[in-house]
Amino acid sequence: MKKINKSTKNNLITYGIVVIAYVIVMLLNVTGHISSLMEGLLVPLCIYVILAVSLNLVVGILGELSIGHAGFMCVGAFSGAFFSMCMKEAMPAMARFLLALVIGAVCAAACGMLIGVPVLRLKGDYLAIVTLAFGEIIKNLMNVLYIGKDSRGFHVSTKDMIALGLEPGGKTIINGPQGITGTPHDASFTIGIILVLLTLFIILNLVHSRDGRAIMAIRDNRIAAESIGINVMKYKMMAFTISASIAGVAGVLYAHNLSTLTALPKNFGYNMSIMILVYVVLGGIGNIRGSVIAAVVLTLLPEMLRGLSDYRMLIYAIVLIGLMLFNWSPKAIALREKYSLRRILGKTGTKNVSENRTEE
Amino acid sequence: MALLDVQNLCISFGGLRAVDDFEIHVEKGQLYGLIGPNGAGKTTVFNLLTGVYKPNEGIIRLDDVDITGKKTIEINKAGIARTFQNIRLFKGMSVLDNVKAGLHNHYKYSSLAGIFRTPAYHRVEKEMDERAMELLEVFELEKEADYLASNLPYGKQRKLEIARALATQPKLLLLDEPAAGMNPNETKELMETICLIRDRFDMTILLIEHDMKLVSGICQELSVLNFGRILAQGETGSVLNDPQVITAYLGE
Repeated sequence: MKKINKSTKNNLITYGIVVIAYVIVMLLNVTGHISSLMEGLLVPLCIYVILAVSLNLVVGILGELSIGHAGFMCVGAFSGAFFSMCMKEAMPAMARFLLALVIGAVCAAACGMLIGVPVLRLKGDYLAIVTLAFGEIIKNLMNVLYIGKDSRGFHVSTKDMIALGLEPGGKTIINGPQGITGTPHDASFTIGIILVLLTLFIILNLVHSRDGRAIMAIRDNRIAAESIGINVMKYKMMAFTISASIAGVAGVLYAHNLSTLTALPKNFGYNMSIMILVYVVLGGIGNIRGSVIAAVVLTLLPEMLRGLSDYRMLIYAIVLIGLMLFNWSPKAIALREKYSLRRILGKTGTKNVSENRTEE
Repeated sequence: MALLDVQNLCISFGGLRAVDDFEIHVEKGQLYGLIGPNGAGKTTVFNLLTGVYKPNEGIIRLDDVDITGKKTIEINKAGIARTFQNIRLFKGMSVLDNVKAGLHNHYKYSSLAGIFRTPAYHRVEKEMDERAMELLEVFELEKEADYLASNLPYGKQRKLEIARALATQPKLLLLDEPAAGMNPNETKELMETICLIRDRFDMTILLIEHDMKLVSGICQELSVLNFGRILAQGETGSVLNDPQVITAYLGE
């Protein structure tokens, strides 16, 4: 049999985890073991996983701190939902949703590229601040944007609904702070999982390709990367744009899971961006599988703890601290090494990269 | 015709003339040394040659092509690769991937081929693996191919940096203090490695070094820099006996 190389094997494990989780949830669902509350969480779970994995491309693989990820999600959500609203009657649901996903991804990617040109010349804290501002700007822009449609075509305003000057039969599509109402409910857990797998497929394969190596080389040492002929701006842009477009896809999924889409601080504000960043950091920076697990655990946790009412956020915070220690404290790493699954199973194996990483 | 031909190279930082009227002619296949006291401007010369700084004046020609003022990546493509005084490896990547990153511009497939793992991806990656392993074997690093670069001992990190530079298939290799921090045994081994590179890859090498044993052992010609200016230039033996050079190094 052909020998599978290590990275492929690792990727297969990651896909496997997602597929198994899907099967388990589906089985539980069929047997009626999932509460309606949990059921409502399934699509958001996929959304958070996609967001965390895509942000990890920028934070973990490219090594730049971006905290405007919710902004790209917002762009994707609004552009996708806008398209779906325009085509609500004109197309079959599945094709319309697929197109909406593509449009959301393209719009978010365009935004990523547009702000990437000036922003990627910055690094570290400066980049973080500018991306944070970008997220806020997008959110606020959506709150003043009015778009309507009548027989004469589209009308755009940033003032109010009356300024649109719609004919009597006209329809408002984006209604300022009230956002988009009546988006078709096209998202489902199955579609969400497919998108999660697609995201993982794109990012994992990218990381283990020539482009991924160039991106990581820039992360590890920009000057050395330039000295061996790697085009730093090109690869920074590539990572940033791909990450933005996938966040856009998550946004489209988000928009089609709710009937009303509004840009609130809660869903597209910096709180959201920071939350995604927390998933990435606690899952292990640069560790894609870790992002998936952290996003799931940290989304479910507050819901599981609902019974404890006021104490739940306290426990959530303690878990965050615990996870951070588990991930980064040298003592915890030594302990993990000592009682690692590999050792318990008696497999010594060859010294591979990930083992070396934990030894640091 | 010299492979590297530099004339009248000058750069100032504020009021300080860091490099002034620098000239050098390195023939193909030569092992050329650049020496001088600390702060003489040696690394600045390297940074000028590799496009990190743009010279205020002067011309740099590589193999009869004017590369003055070009960007670092263009200069690398034109055929100059370098190592750094303070090692700059891709520490979070494996030893093999460090070298494969060096092969970046010579083995190509599209991004989509990479994401969808087309036959082209597999074919080119295999070629890259083979080429990178060949290079690692030259430096006796093949056993550590899967290690993280940061986990290599110091001497091997230096070697890996040279391997990565060679992976870009340069015409001219610049080594910035390759023996810094090495013990005499390691230095001896390094001297052999440098000669091996020259013979095996038919490489022209320009190196900065403080270790006089290394310099006198392997360099055919030397330039001595002091306060940004050339103090002496020529065959190694005569330059090292130049009273001016001895004064600059040892004081009056």
